[in-house]
Amino acid sequence: MANESVIGVMDPEVKSEASPEVDPKVNNDGYEQVHSKSPVFYDLYERKSELKHQTHYCPGCGHGVVHKLIAEALQDLGLQDKTIFVSPVGCSVFAYYYFDVGNVQSAHGRAPAAATGVKRSCPDKIVIAYQGDGDLAAIGTAEIVHAANRGEKITVFFVNNGIYGMTGGQMAPTTLVGQKSTTSPWGRRPSNEGFPLHMAELLATLEAPAYIERVALSDNKNIMKARRAIRKALEIQRDGAGFSFVEILSPCPTIWGKDPVEARRWVLEKMTPTFPLNVFRDRRPEMPAGNEKENVPPQRPVADVLGIIPKQGAHDNSKPKHAHHFRDVKIKIAGLGGQGVLLLGQLLIEMGMREGLEVSWLPSYGPEMRSGSAHCHVCLSKERIGSPLISHPDVLVAMNEYSLRKFAHEVVSGGIILYNGASIPADFTAPEVQVVGIPAAEIADKLGSTKAANIVMMGALLEETECLAPGTALSVLEDKVKKLDLLEIDRKALTAGRLFIDEQAHIGAVSQPDGFA
Amino acid sequence: MRQLCKGNVAVVKAAILAGCRAYYGYPITPASEIAEAAALYFPQVGGTFIQAESEVAAINMVYGAAAAGVRVMSGSSGPGLSLMQEGMSYLAGSELPCVIVDVMRGGPGLGNIAPEQSDYFAMVKGGGHGNYRNIVLAPASVQEMAEHTMLAFDLADKYRNPAVILTDGFVGQMMEPLELEDNEIQPPDKPWAVKGTPETRANLLSSIYLETDELEEHQRRMEAKYMRAQEAEPRCELCHTEDAEVLLVGYGIVSRVLLSTVEALRKEGVKAGLFRPITLWPYPSKALVETASKVQKVLVVELSNGQMVEDVRLALNGKVPVEFYGRVGGNVPSVTELQQQVLTRMALAV
Ligand SMILES: Cc1ncc(C[n+]2csc(CCOP(=O)(O)OP(=O)(O)O)c2C)c(N)n1
Ligand code: SF4
Repeated sequence: MANESVIGVMDPEVKSEASPEVDPKVNNDGYEQVHSKSPVFYDLYERKSELKHQTHYCPGCGHGVVHKLIAEALQDLGLQDKTIFVSPVGCSVFAYYYFDVGNVQSAHGRAPAAATGVKRSCPDKIVIAYQGDGDLAAIGTAEIVHAANRGEKITVFFVNNGIYGMTGGQMAPTTLVGQKSTTSPWGRRPSNEGFPLHMAELLATLEAPAYIERVALSDNKNIMKARRAIRKALEIQRDGAGFSFVEILSPCPTIWGKDPVEARRWVLEKMTPTFPLNVFRDRRPEMPAGNEKENVPPQRPVADVLGIIPKQGAHDNSKPKHAHHFRDVKIKIAGLGGQGVLLLGQLLIEMGMREGLEVSWLPSYGPEMRSGSAHCHVCLSKERIGSPLISHPDVLVAMNEYSLRKFAHEVVSGGIILYNGASIPADFTAPEVQVVGIPAAEIADKLGSTKAANIVMMGALLEETECLAPGTALSVLEDKVKKLDLLEIDRKALTAGRLFIDEQAHIGAVSQPDGFA
Repeated sequence: MRQLCKGNVAVVKAAILAGCRAYYGYPITPASEIAEAAALYFPQVGGTFIQAESEVAAINMVYGAAAAGVRVMSGSSGPGLSLMQEGMSYLAGSELPCVIVDVMRGGPGLGNIAPEQSDYFAMVKGGGHGNYRNIVLAPASVQEMAEHTMLAFDLADKYRNPAVILTDGFVGQMMEPLELEDNEIQPPDKPWAVKGTPETRANLLSSIYLETDELEEHQRRMEAKYMRAQEAEPRCELCHTEDAEVLLVGYGIVSRVLLSTVEALRKEGVKAGLFRPITLWPYPSKALVETASKVQKVLVVELSNGQMVEDVRLALNGKVPVEFYGRVGGNVPSVTELQQQVLTRMALAV
């Protein structure tokens, strides 16, 4: 039967004595010489371990026909050298036995993700993801939906045979209602297994895809339509127009227990009522270039992006600048989220780094921050820092009463607690630790922003411990605070914090620090 | 010039310097800054960033990009790494290089986001199916997050195998000075890749070998390359080990606490030393045996219920008593706590 020859080229019984010279095109009526073979197929299937002249597909299997139609289209469009074929897990896992193109075999269901990685790496190549219905519509549902939704410029050929072929006939998401399989022995029952999944329709609800069509390998007329659809899908990719998807209703005579002719009839009579043949999408969206709503990332030199080139006027921070009077200082800063606790820590290590010290900053992160409290650990050291985690700080900056009470006991004896509050709570005691209350919030408020309370505390910390130079603090603030009015407030806050400690010392409320030897 | 940087961000900056231009990932605390930095930086240097629909998709995008011959990476934490295991097995099986960062958090299940080192077995022993190895590096500082990332790309390409940066929430989240050289690496050409060119048309990247003999041969080849790595790649750092009587062993954030512990112990006259594995696979067993042969006791400290300690015991094979101290749940032992552990175990408690 001439009809058979269309399918026969990839049939196992057909020896591949094809000479590439023979024009493999299907005639207008869909008929073709049996022995022609597209040069997009290998002459001999060397990757097979035996029977290298024939495919591993069963007689009458739709995969063979689809392979042939793809090969033919690739040849006609001159795409063979540019093509990368991503084969799935399923009966077509060995597509690379046949296609003389670049081949990548991917995990079950993940071909659209793998194809995404390939295509994004080779944007001007032709990337084909080839999948069965178990692969695409069950285990790989997420991958196909999202590849389509991103508008990946790949082509997906979806071979829907309503069954798991490779594993021996289990139910697929596309198995028809009432259709028996080894895992739906009484026939698919919607009450138990739900209804067949319509992938073409589902994907057509998305905005990005350029082309979605369902075709069937049921008869010559429909095979011709399939041929056109496959070619069109590849043309769309060639033109960079977007995501193209062809669902192909395809016979699996072996599992269906039918001969090839019956199986093709079954595709037409049983499958097409559930899976109507249609073009569900055919437009070439202007994606993504040309969309005015999109911001295009600027292209910058690597060193700029990574912050490697020192900006003009930047400080050389590779060597110590000051004669620091300590080996190391460990500071814990704690308070509420929004009080600038983490930022204060970052400013301190920026200063430390500029003064040539080793520094580390370790934040509390995640839900703890969401629930309101935040803290960070700051180490400044002349030597390599061991643990960035501080169990016993030399200085605790407590931005609220909760933190004061929670962390005071950790402070080393002889250490300092700087507390954001005019007066220390009456019942609070911390033996062997010097506690200084600083009305930082009030001071900051008067200066114009309560938010600057952390900078008031920074001023107090610098004055009290003399661990870093106030000049460094100013230059860091100048670099980091972009808004001029805020910078002015921060400058004043820094000075106010320092002055407060100074005055306290004069009235004898605070002893001068003995440094961190 | 030094710049302040988070560990998670340092990974991304270093990847760009290593010539990596492809990142596929999915957010998870405490690794999200990796994806965020990649989203910010990669597109500005002509690279690709995609937030995948899941870690399953992400690792398979990595697979595709690696197959196309580009340097590619992803990053996540425990739950995400669990989802990536199938893909990592495929990557190893198809001999595809990539760099995967695991910023470990508390487990099992959803656990919490605080630091743990409980993915050691999964990453070092291979969490996916089949006979394969990951190359695993264990940075302990922001600078090392960068340096190890660059090294990981080289090792991944050299052995055509996934390389893992195994670190924890603290190293990922903390900020330290980072020094990067303005010296971008030109990734090596990969003639085996599938690039959609006439020269690479005959290439096939696959992990399926239907014939038993074929698969055995493939695995023997992989084994041979793993043996080569075992010879050439183990790395470790020794601190104060010359005269050490007690050897503390730990990696990542724990090694930082251990360094402070060693210094504190030495002030008290206890001759302690630190052995810090930098490669977790291949494990620096030879160096460990040499170092430990002179000590009375080895104490392994981990943020786990005892995972790396198995490799220490395997290496030392009963020659030196090996003890273990672990904290889990996100708790990190303090210097005082570890000092106490050592003193008690050395029967020198004060
Ligand atoms: C993670 C995983 N689960 C299960 C399998 C087993 N498996 C191999 S092929 C297949 C079904 C393939 O069916 P389909 O996609 O419809 O392709 P067909 O064989 O019918 O062409 C399954 C379940 C696997 N390889 N990997
Ligand atoms: S089992 Fe079905 S799908 Fe698989 S090769 Fe045979 S006919 Fe084709």
